[in-house]
Parts: sequence; structure tokens; C-alpha cells
Amino acid sequence: MHIAIIGNGISGITAARFIRKLSDHKITVISAETDYFFSRTAIMYAYMGHMRKEDLKPYEDWFWKKNRIDLKRGFVAKIDSQNKNLIFKEGANMSYDKLIIACGSTPNKFGWPGQDLDRVQGMYSMQDLDGMEAASADGLKHAVIVGGGLIGIEMAEMFHSRHIPTTFLVREDLYWNAVLPEAESKMVSRHIVESGINLQLKTELKEIIDDGTGKACAAITNKGERIDCQFVGLTAGVHPNIGFIKESAPEIEVGRGILVDEKLETSVKDIYAIGDCAQLRNPKEGRRPIEAVWYTGKMMGETVAYTVCGKVKEYSPSIWFNSAKFVDIEYQVYGTVLAKAPENHASIYWEHPEGRKSIRIVYDKNTKEVLGFNLMGIRYRHEVCEKWLKEKTSVETVLQNLGIANFDPEFYKEYETEVIKIYNQQTGKNLQLKQKRSLTAALKFLRKAVGSRQ
Amino acid sequence: MHIIQKIGLGIFITALALFTLSLGMGKYQLSEAALAISKEYHKKEIIEKAKANGLLDKRYESNFAFIADLKKTLTDAQQSLEEKAKNGIPEGVYEWDYRMGNTKSYLFGIVKSASVGPIAQNPIRWFMLTFGLGILGGLLYIFPKFVPLPGIKNNGIYHNSLTRGLQVNIRQLFLGLTIVGTIVYGIFYMNHNLLWPAITTAMIGLITWLVFFKQRSKENNPQRSASPDVTGWLGVMTGVYLIGFYILLYWMPEYITSWVVMVNPLSLSLSGNGASQWFLYGTLYTIIVLVMGIRMMSKYRHNVYQVVRTCSVMFFQTAIAFLLPEILVRLNQPYYDFKNIWPLNYSFFFDYNLDTLTNSGGLGLFMLVWGLALMIIGVPLFTYFFGKRWYCSWVCGCGGLAETMGDPFRQLSDKSLRAWKYERYIIHGVLLFAVVMTLMVLYTYFTGNYQVLIFNSDSVRTWYGFLIGSAFAGVVGTGFYPLMGNRTWCRFGCPLAGYIGLVQKYKSRFRITTNGNQCISCGNCSTYCEMGIDVRAYAQKGQDIVRSSCVGCGICSAVCPRGVLRLENSSIDVDTRTDALRALHIKDGEWTLTQ
Repeated sequence: MHIAIIGNGISGITAARFIRKLSDHKITVISAETDYFFSRTAIMYAYMGHMRKEDLKPYEDWFWKKNRIDLKRGFVAKIDSQNKNLIFKEGANMSYDKLIIACGSTPNKFGWPGQDLDRVQGMYSMQDLDGMEAASADGLKHAVIVGGGLIGIEMAEMFHSRHIPTTFLVREDLYWNAVLPEAESKMVSRHIVESGINLQLKTELKEIIDDGTGKACAAITNKGERIDCQFVGLTAGVHPNIGFIKESAPEIEVGRGILVDEKLETSVKDIYAIGDCAQLRNPKEGRRPIEAVWYTGKMMGETVAYTVCGKVKEYSPSIWFNSAKFVDIEYQVYGTVLAKAPENHASIYWEHPEGRKSIRIVYDKNTKEVLGFNLMGIRYRHEVCEKWLKEKTSVETVLQNLGIANFDPEFYKEYETEVIKIYNQQTGKNLQLKQKRSLTAALKFLRKAVGSRQ
Repeated sequence: MHIIQKIGLGIFITALALFTLSLGMGKYQLSEAALAISKEYHKKEIIEKAKANGLLDKRYESNFAFIADLKKTLTDAQQSLEEKAKNGIPEGVYEWDYRMGNTKSYLFGIVKSASVGPIAQNPIRWFMLTFGLGILGGLLYIFPKFVPLPGIKNNGIYHNSLTRGLQVNIRQLFLGLTIVGTIVYGIFYMNHNLLWPAITTAMIGLITWLVFFKQRSKENNPQRSASPDVTGWLGVMTGVYLIGFYILLYWMPEYITSWVVMVNPLSLSLSGNGASQWFLYGTLYTIIVLVMGIRMMSKYRHNVYQVVRTCSVMFFQTAIAFLLPEILVRLNQPYYDFKNIWPLNYSFFFDYNLDTLTNSGGLGLFMLVWGLALMIIGVPLFTYFFGKRWYCSWVCGCGGLAETMGDPFRQLSDKSLRAWKYERYIIHGVLLFAVVMTLMVLYTYFTGNYQVLIFNSDSVRTWYGFLIGSAFAGVVGTGFYPLMGNRTWCRFGCPLAGYIGLVQKYKSRFRITTNGNQCISCGNCSTYCEMGIDVRAYAQKGQDIVRSSCVGCGICSAVCPRGVLRLENSSIDVDTRTDALRALHIKDGEWTLTQ
């Protein structure tokens, strides 16, 4: 059987790797972007000079041949699903038995005048990285970034690392406050400013001005301000990259993304969609139909591999988790932490006086079960938090054992007692921390998990 | 760049230029009074020949001319002594001693005592102009780094000509030249005895064959090894400078007496003896560890582990490796570095060391027992509890230099699978060589018999000292910092690291824990691993990392933008957690993190 995979991002590659683990099927991974898989999340480090482009590749080039995963550089112009055939823009054909579409996202554009000029782009692909390098080599004096999400702040950090003055336009009144609770949102907004990036809140892009040669030379905001710049970054989110599907295979049903069922299969038999481009028809409770993050792409890739190899599995992601880094502040989230907390959610929030570290634990006011962890500048153990959340552990049990979740490096100060102090103040209780940071204690706790499940 | 940094850099470059130029500033005049040779019969002969050659009391403006004439004088003296030996030798003198077999041993001392130029007249002023200004410039360059917000600031490392590394073919050229140069020089070093250079060449061939064919690594193109298309020439020049420094230090110290003269007053004030080239090296080494240690702390000041660890290497280098042995000498005790362990300290079992320690009373015996206990009990015990790091990145001098001066070059380590295969053969090969060499030396020590099978234990130990102790540990170990990263010696060569690594791999509580499924495969961990471990390969699968080469520097954990890695000790599940695929994945139809 020949399994073709369109897209060599994390989803497509994870699928290919697991298909190889599970079977001897012929595998071809097709990409129009690069010859080899690279870590999209690390593009910024290549621009900042932390790493070379080669270092973005998680596997050495010989890995693919050794694992008999064929790589093809090309752009699929048409999917002939009746004859199970792919037709490439370059002219060639390729037949398949099963097809996995993992073609990712594309940056949002909201019809701004000038949005298609040169030096106006998002930051998603290797070509985008090349575009930023080209703009920088072309005498970039000032950059404007539009959109207050995770990619926007990365782009701002990238230019900042090269001492290129950057204006960061955010529509909301605080950075990323649709996702982060207000205190954390304020912390990051403060940190962006103290890092030397010009953050302009409650400001939207109105128009991008052409310098006469087809390149951007200024951005006009909704406040009427004109910001002279030689680069405009559009980072107001992404959407599934399904333009080519609509044209090439109209029989595949699409919504905002490619619609898939629990087995990640599209409306056409033997065609699957995973990762950023997939839209679940029936997402699990509390989950969104499109989750364009690295981790879900990885999980979908593994799930679909089982399914195409005949061991049908439903996509059923575990506890939600995510992470990011806001310039110098690391961020981790486990479980449900909402920006606007519903009535039954209560939270314990501790913030370091320096304002670059915080811990938030969300629990249900009525049942006392723990719902989520939100961490800024502090690291917690994924496995421990996941077990607490899965088992709907009481917040008081969690607090008393909070040390086993701590994953900060050795010698780092532990703040768990401060968190408990806040809970005690809020509730009038007198809880004490029973367990400090300890791998042994954490592993004993996790072992129990395995035991109890068996 | 901050204005203070620019000034600092300017001062540092001036100091470095003065330091380098000072080698050519020495003036030399050999006088009878200054010639410090204890053996009267040698001294007399040398003075006689110096007079005959017109060397005595003649003022030389350049060290090249002086050393050339001095070498001739020493050879003449040696020949004359050979002649005289035929007619009987003085009472109570060994014949081999009388004949002055090795003229090299006198060369450095005589050149140093004949120094009369501006540096010899005012060594303290020159010390301040070179070492002093260098420290000042370095600190001025470093201090502004404490100002910006703390956090990982690796910006522009691969845009910088000093730190970006070099193309793989140029690197191979350097490696090839160094290997060939070492073997060829080795033939002269061993007085044209071809046995050991030939065995070494065969070993290099064998290892290459094993890696390329037995391990099937020939097709594995090494694109992760070095830069694909650019070479940082500033880095290459720095590497060449360092390599040159080590060649002079080990094998031609007579040409660097100007530097030794500068540190003479310091040596006199510490041990009461004049400085040797080793004292110069120790001084320079300690100053660099201290100044670059401050830089390390400025860079990782938000990371307590790094700050404590850097303080530790600064302390061990300054107090235990540099000051304490000098003080011991002042107190008429043996020179002893309490943290140096066999087989890194390969001369520990040499006859002269054993004799010194056993003949120096209680303290000497304590040193002997201490050295043995560290080697037999200390290494396994500490490694079991804390991992290799207790030594390699907290205590060791080589590690201390690598973690301070070497930090800007850590990204240049080779992460290819092929390099790992080379590493395993070479480091364990060196460990085996160290064990065999030491056993031969001990056999000779206890039996008095120099011939062990077909080998002469004296030539084995000479070759080990030359090839491993000097060429590998020094010339390649430090000279290759800007070419192949800061742990080339520790990773490929150090026999002690090999020994501790085996303990870490098979019996230790130490591991690097991967935090569930949080890895985004960005590759910062692998890039900044000085030991060339492809950390990402483990982290992205959720595996914990137990690798014999890991020195536990903790930088992978520090540079991880998602908080995925933690250095930890625990005896629980250390083996099962290194299984492949511990990340969130399907198990029995369910998504699970824990097996």
C-alpha cells in the first residue's frame, strides 16, 4: 500500500514515522516548502542567530532514506480522488492508496489596503524567514507588527534581537487577553514594554502604504498615526491552508478547515486530514474544532497512523496543554484556564514581586476539583498536573503536594508555600505544604497512577 | 555595543597585542652569575663552551639568535662531557647524569635566567600592561552585560565571525593537519623511534574503518557537524593563536620566557620559587577562568544552578588547583592538586610521583591515599548520587575552562551520529591506553624491569604524555575551542570522563528528565550541548536522557524555551524512563503519558 502525505510539518512527519513503526507500507511525504522536515516553532531562532537553518531539522538528512520514507518536493495542484491520483503543478503524477492531508495554516489577512505589497508578510514558513532576512538585508530601519498573538511577539523579539526598532500594534487593551487571564496578560504587556519593544495597545492597522516600487514604506493606524517602516508583519492569527483543496478537490467537504470525523477521515474515503488544516466535526467537550498547535498536530499524526494501518483509533486528545515564551517569560498551561472565568471557577493567583513569575491554579468553587494550572516564568511537571486533572483531584490535595509538580532547575527558589498562603487567606483554612520539589516523590506519585489504572 | 564595552574591547586588544609582541622584546645576556645550574660539572662545562663560542656576556637583541647559539653551546658541552666520561667521571655521579643526555632540560632555564631586556628589568610593570590591562578590558566588556533584563541572550551567535564555526571541509583540513603534524613531530619527539607513531597511525585508521564501515556511517553525511557555507575567520584565527600558544608552551617554552619572566614576582611571592612555564600557564588559566566566570554569571544570572556551578569551578581552579599547590611547595611539601584524579592525572603512578609522596611524611602519604580513594571510592560514589557533573562541570580544571572561556563556543560541538560513533571509540580507546600504560609503569616500578613484552614502559609513558597529555588535551583540547567546540578533549579524549561516564551510564541516579510532551523540537538543547548530544532526539519522544558523555552543565535546560528539561537525581525508574516514546501517545487505545 502506498500512503501519500501532503505536508512535511510536525503532523505529516509524525504520521509518517508512526506508519513506519506500525507497517511496511510505502510512504511518500510531499512538500512544496522545504526538502526536509524542520521545526516551524524554531524559525525565530534561526533569524536571531541562536541556531543555523540546519539545526532546525530534528532529523539528519540520512534518516529518511534509512527509514524508507520518500520525500518529494512539489506542489499538489489536483487531487483526483476517484482514481486516487495526485497531479503536481510541475506536471508529474503520483498514485496513492491512502492520502493524508497535513498542509497546515496560512496567516490571516483582513483585507487591509496594501496587505499584498512586498515586505508585508506573516511568519509561518521557511519562505517567510527568507523574506524577513531579505528585508533586513535591504536596510530595515523600522518594523511594524500587527496582531497580538504568539507569532506577533516572536516576530517582535526577532527584530528586537537585531536592534531593529519595532512597533507592535495590538487591537485589544492588553496583550493576548482573549486567552490569558488579566493578571498574566498585564504581566506580559509590561514585559514587552520593559524589553524595549514599542507596544501600542488598542491600536489597529488601517492601511499599508506603497513606496512606489511595490514595497511597504509606512503603516497607518486607526488612530490616524503614520508609522514609517520598511516591513509590516501580519500576525493576526492563522487559518487552515485549504485554498488549494477547494480548487483541486471540491468533493472534499470543508468548513473553515477540512472537515474530519473522529477517525480524522474526510468526507472522501481513504483521504484523511490532520494538524492545523483539519476541522473536527465533533470536538470533545471543552475543545475547539480547530486547534492549530504543535502538540495536537503531533497527536493527530500518531492517531491517523494507527487508523491507516488498520488499527482504527479515534482522535481523543488528553488534557489540554500548551506552552510559549514571551521574550524572557516562559509560559505553560495545563487544563482549563480561561481569560474570562465562568461563575463556578475560582483561582489562586500568586505573582512574584518582580512581576515576571506567577502561578495560577483554577478550581471548581462547588466541587473543589482542580481545573487548570497557568504558569509564567515557572516550570511545572506535565505528568503530575495531568494526573491531578484527569483524576479530578481536590484543590486542597493538590496544594498540599504542590512541590511534586515543580520542575524548575535545582537551587531555584520554590514558591509553593506562597500559593498555599494565598489559598489560606482566601478561604480561612490552614493548609501546609507537605511535599517540596522532589523527583522521587513525583515518580512515586506517578507510579501509583499506573498501578491504580491496572 | 555599549560605549564601555567598546572601551573594554579596545583595552583588551591592546593588552593582547602587547602580550604577543612582548615575546619579541626580550634581550638576552648570559652571565656566569645568573646561570642557575646546581650540577657543578654541567655548569662548568656549559660556561666553558659558552666562552669558547663567544656566547658568554654577549648581548643578544633577539631570542632566535640567542637560542640558536645557546643550543650549539649546549650540544658542544654535551659532546665534551661524553668525551670526558670516557676518562672516568667524578665520584658519586651517575654516568648517565654526568653525560647530560637531554640538553632540552637546561634550555628553558638558561634562556629565562639570561633575560635582561625591559621585561626582565620591570616584570611587574609588564605584568600590569598585559595581564592587568587584559583583565581590566575584559571586565569592562563584561560588566555592561549585567544591565539588560536577565534571560537567555544567544542573539547573533551564528552571525558572529568569532563564534559561528567553520565549514566542514576547512575543519577537516585543520583536523588532518593537526593529526599529521602531531605524528610527524612525535617521531622527532621519540628520537626517531617509529613504533609508537606507527601504532597510533594504525589506531586512527582502525577507528575510522570501524566508524565508516562497521558502523555504516559512511553515507551519513555530516551536515550537522559544522557550518555548511560560511567560515568565521575570526574564530579560525583565534584557534590558530591558541594552537600556537600550546605548541610553544609544551614543546618550545624557551621562546616564551618573556611571559614567564612577567609572572616571576608572583611565583616568588607564592611558592618562593621562580616561575616555570607551568606557573605561567596556571596563572593565565586561573585568570581566564575567573574573568570568563564573571561573564558566565552575567549571561546566566537568572539561573541559580549556573551561578552556583560557575562559582564552584572558579573556586576549585583558584584555590585547589592554583594556590594550594604553590603554598604546599612553600611549606616544603609535595606539589599536589587535590582534585586531580587518575587517569586524567596520568602521572599519578609514575615513579617520581610515588617516590615524592612516599618520602614526604604524613602529608605525602595522605595525598597518596586521597588520590587512590578518590579514584576507587570517590568517583563511583559521587557519580552514583549526582552523576558525572559532580566532577566534570563542577570541579575539574579542564571543565572549568570549558565552562567559562569555552562557553561562547559550546554550539560548535558536532551533533552528527557519526561524531558520536567516533567519540565512543576514541574516548574508550584513550581510557584503555591510560590503563595499559599505567599498568606497565607500575610493573616497572615494582620489578625494576623496563621491558614489558615488546614494549619499553618508559617510552610508553613518554608517548602517552606527548600524544594524550599534551597534543590531545592541550593543543586540540583548548586550541580547537573555536573550531570544534569547548569540550573536544572532554568528549573525545579524557580517560577520566570515559571512566566516570561508564559509571553514569550503568549505575547512577542522575538523568535529565523530559517534561511530558512539552517539547517543540526547536533544537536549542542540541545546539547548545557542548558534548554534542542530540538532546532533542530524546526530548521530542518524551524520553529521559541518560548518556555517558553528559557532563550535567545544565545549559540544555537553561536554553529550552518551553521548560522541558530538568537535571535530577533519583533512584526510581531511572531505566524505564529512558525508554523510547514516553511522550503523550497512544497506548492500548488511550492517550497516556505514563507508559
